[in-house]
Amino acid sequence: MNFETTIGLEVHVELKTNSKIFSPSPVEFGDDPNANTNVIDWGYPGVLPTTNKGVVESGIKAALALHAKVEQQTHFDRKNYFYPDNPKAYQISQSDKPLAHDGWIEVDVDGTKKKIGIAEMHIEEDAGKNTHERDYSYVDLNRQGTPLIEIVSKPEIASPDEAYAYLEALRQRIQFTGISDVKMEEGSMRVDVNISVRPVGQTEFGTKTELKNLNSFNYVRKGLAFEEQRQQRVLMSGGEIQQETRRYDEASGQTILMRVKEGSDDYRYFPEPDLPALQISDDWINDINASMPEMPGKRRDRYVNELGITDYDAMVLTQTKEMSDFFDETVALGADPKMAANYLQGDVNAFLNDKQVDLQDTDLTPANLAGMINLINDGTISTKMAKKVFKAITEGQEPKAFVEEKGLVQLSDPAQLQPIIDGVLADNQQSVEDFNNGKDRAVGFLVGQIMKQTHGKANPKVVNQLLMASLKK
Amino acid sequence: MNYFGKDLATLHDDLLNKKITVVDLVQQTFDNIDKTDPKIGAFLALNKEAALKKAAEIDAAGVDADNVLSGIPLAIKDNIVTKGLTTTAASKMLENFKPIYDATVVEKLAALGTVNVGKTNMDEFAMGGSTENSAFKITKNAWDQDRVPGGSSGGSAAAVASGQVIAALGSDTGGSIRQPAAFNGIVGMKPTYGRISRWGLIAFASSLDEIGPMTRTVKDNATLLSALAGHDGHDLTSSTQEVPDFAAELNDTTSVKGMKIGLPTEFLGEGVDEGVKAAILAAADKYRELGATVEEVSLPHNKYGVAAYYIIASSEASSNLQRFDGIRYGYRADDVTNLEDVYVKSRSEGFGDEVKRRIMLGTFSLSAGFYDAYFKKAAQVRTLIIDDFKAVLKDHDFIMGPVTPTTAFKIGDEISDPMTMYMNDILTIPVNLAGLPGLSLPAGQVAGLPVGMQLIGRPFDESTLYKAGYVFEQATDYHNQTPSLGGQA
Repeated sequence: MNFETTIGLEVHVELKTNSKIFSPSPVEFGDDPNANTNVIDWGYPGVLPTTNKGVVESGIKAALALHAKVEQQTHFDRKNYFYPDNPKAYQISQSDKPLAHDGWIEVDVDGTKKKIGIAEMHIEEDAGKNTHERDYSYVDLNRQGTPLIEIVSKPEIASPDEAYAYLEALRQRIQFTGISDVKMEEGSMRVDVNISVRPVGQTEFGTKTELKNLNSFNYVRKGLAFEEQRQQRVLMSGGEIQQETRRYDEASGQTILMRVKEGSDDYRYFPEPDLPALQISDDWINDINASMPEMPGKRRDRYVNELGITDYDAMVLTQTKEMSDFFDETVALGADPKMAANYLQGDVNAFLNDKQVDLQDTDLTPANLAGMINLINDGTISTKMAKKVFKAITEGQEPKAFVEEKGLVQLSDPAQLQPIIDGVLADNQQSVEDFNNGKDRAVGFLVGQIMKQTHGKANPKVVNQLLMASLKK
Repeated sequence: MNYFGKDLATLHDDLLNKKITVVDLVQQTFDNIDKTDPKIGAFLALNKEAALKKAAEIDAAGVDADNVLSGIPLAIKDNIVTKGLTTTAASKMLENFKPIYDATVVEKLAALGTVNVGKTNMDEFAMGGSTENSAFKITKNAWDQDRVPGGSSGGSAAAVASGQVIAALGSDTGGSIRQPAAFNGIVGMKPTYGRISRWGLIAFASSLDEIGPMTRTVKDNATLLSALAGHDGHDLTSSTQEVPDFAAELNDTTSVKGMKIGLPTEFLGEGVDEGVKAAILAAADKYRELGATVEEVSLPHNKYGVAAYYIIASSEASSNLQRFDGIRYGYRADDVTNLEDVYVKSRSEGFGDEVKRRIMLGTFSLSAGFYDAYFKKAAQVRTLIIDDFKAVLKDHDFIMGPVTPTTAFKIGDEISDPMTMYMNDILTIPVNLAGLPGLSLPAGQVAGLPVGMQLIGRPFDESTLYKAGYVFEQATDYHNQTPSLGGQA
């Protein structure tokens, strides 16, 4: 029997705003429990929410980045449920009129491009956090009211690889808008997954299961792959899939039953009466659209078509907006695009990995990287010298000043180099003879001697030219 | 000091002319409350120490000659939060609860130099029409202590009617200012939805709740509304409409001349007491005498108001009251063993019967499978009611009618019969559903009990209601009638 797979993804993205979605409390992480809370966050008697306009704006940005239609007349709804991390016992969310709907993103799986639809996306508040220690439970409401966007895919994802590619593309596009850090490891991106399989030809979807504890894109892919196989096996052996929630176990790579779902939760949604409906004008959308950064797909095309960068390099450079912006600025300052691309993917990435920092948190600047590349290109320094210069620019030093201060300037003047070459040739007659006898290896030795005499400053290209000319005389 | 025969202007003059100091005024107010409240039961908490301290400060700084509210003692309904002063909404759930902030209205009044003397009794979480649903005490009608003061702002109404304070704040979700005002023969305004900030009002039904002033005279009421109204950044449903100096508009006793008044047939229909009907028809004749046209109009969907209201208000309440979960503040049951217990026991023990009844009703109305038939349908009915009012108010300056079908009923008579109790609100509820302003003022008596007249206006046109109310008041003597309790009679 052949099966087809249907995967649905609900992605929560935490927005990087200064204050919470419905209260003026700061959005800060790592502070003492409940330090960033006020009466609104506590669900205190008599308080009312106020809408943070910046959150709506971020939501519109996300909608535009995901080609979704913005709902210009929308409102908030209450989602009611009791839990200690949910102080009002309702979450202010959106239900019947989400902020945007019917978007799509393009993914590339092994060279095949596919558009995956986004059913809807809405803005809502996050809950606090419960922790349990010995016989006590603690509630920290710092996260309560942190703004979230929830992005719900259409059931158009047909494989774990497509799910991975969708998440990667989604993360990238959101990252480029600057509204979120979108980092799963820090919780600013969270993924809920459901999956079902059905025999090819069956029109209705199979019964779906939900997967929890998927803490990286890779685990999403692995968990889905396991679950896909498991469901197929159950069906092949004549069994039935139960509607259930399963937990992904990182150690074994398997999904494990958590609970069987009976019916659906009743959240008693109704329109939030404390907040007026949102009216989103054409002008507002147009203004936001005009301020949107170029998205990664467009940048990749531009890099390949206008700058002569390879597809692969263009893809790597557009992983984050910071990297891509850095590249654009470096090129704008006159650096050779290919060299800039190579440095960013090579030395810069190695440096970031080694230090475990993000590009924007370092002292590296496009001006200094471009300066270094230009010094290499005009022959002032060798690529070997550039290693030292690179270290200096990671510490925020200006490359030209550094090169001059350290005397790293390359010796390229033939008038200065020729006497040194002549001297080396005179002292190494055996090597000259070897060369004449067809032993090319001798050249390497002679270059080495010249470099030694010049303390490594000689321009290898010029030395090569002059040496060959002298030898052939 | 009792406040019979006094209005803000008189008191202000007395304070300015040093006939009495603010401290003496406040002290005498407390003395009178101590004397009368055992009979009336209007107050849940008194603010003696802080009030006298503030009074002394105002005396020291001098009463503000340009501000008629400077140094005036007022009472506040107990569902409006007051920093450091117990605020319970008359619920065991919030027994001894001391808020850490002031409601916007409390801040505004404090800034104007009024003195908060205490918190008044009410139906628990403002749910009820007799104040019998208070978890703490029964409040008596100022005119007949065997009768209810109405509700839910029964404490505020009784405090003003019995001369304990000159004015008090109430809140009105389905009639909770107008009905007790009517039962006690005083003036109560439920302003347009959004006129006054709800920040600090413990929510019952967010789309219907409105704070408003309760006073002895129309002019005093108008003065207070100007002080309370205005946009508040804490409440996005509060309006940015300009706030007139309502009281300053009241000097013309002929201003209803040429006005067109609608008298809905439905407001004098079945269930409305003959005496009440007669008083309202007499009031209509008075308006005609004063040069207005009064004509019969129809609000055909009004009869569905009570049903729609109890679905919408209870639905919102079921959600608003979920925060009282025993976790962060308020009542928590003892001997709980798990989280479910904390919720179920705390809420079962902390809430009274009427509150629980409405939480169940609201939860049901919002549940999957019932939402469309109940909440959604009620919201549609609400739109029809709004349209009814719009149609009539298009070519009528305001609508008049009774506030309640009957005068005050006896304590204990209706408390065990929720449907009869709910029907008392049949004439006030539609006004909340439509978000319109409604003014209740004395229009006579039946068997020694006050009858209230209700004037309903266009959105944000409280001015017309105050003008019409003032003209009626000046042309009649009802507002000068006071209950025998320590009064003149």
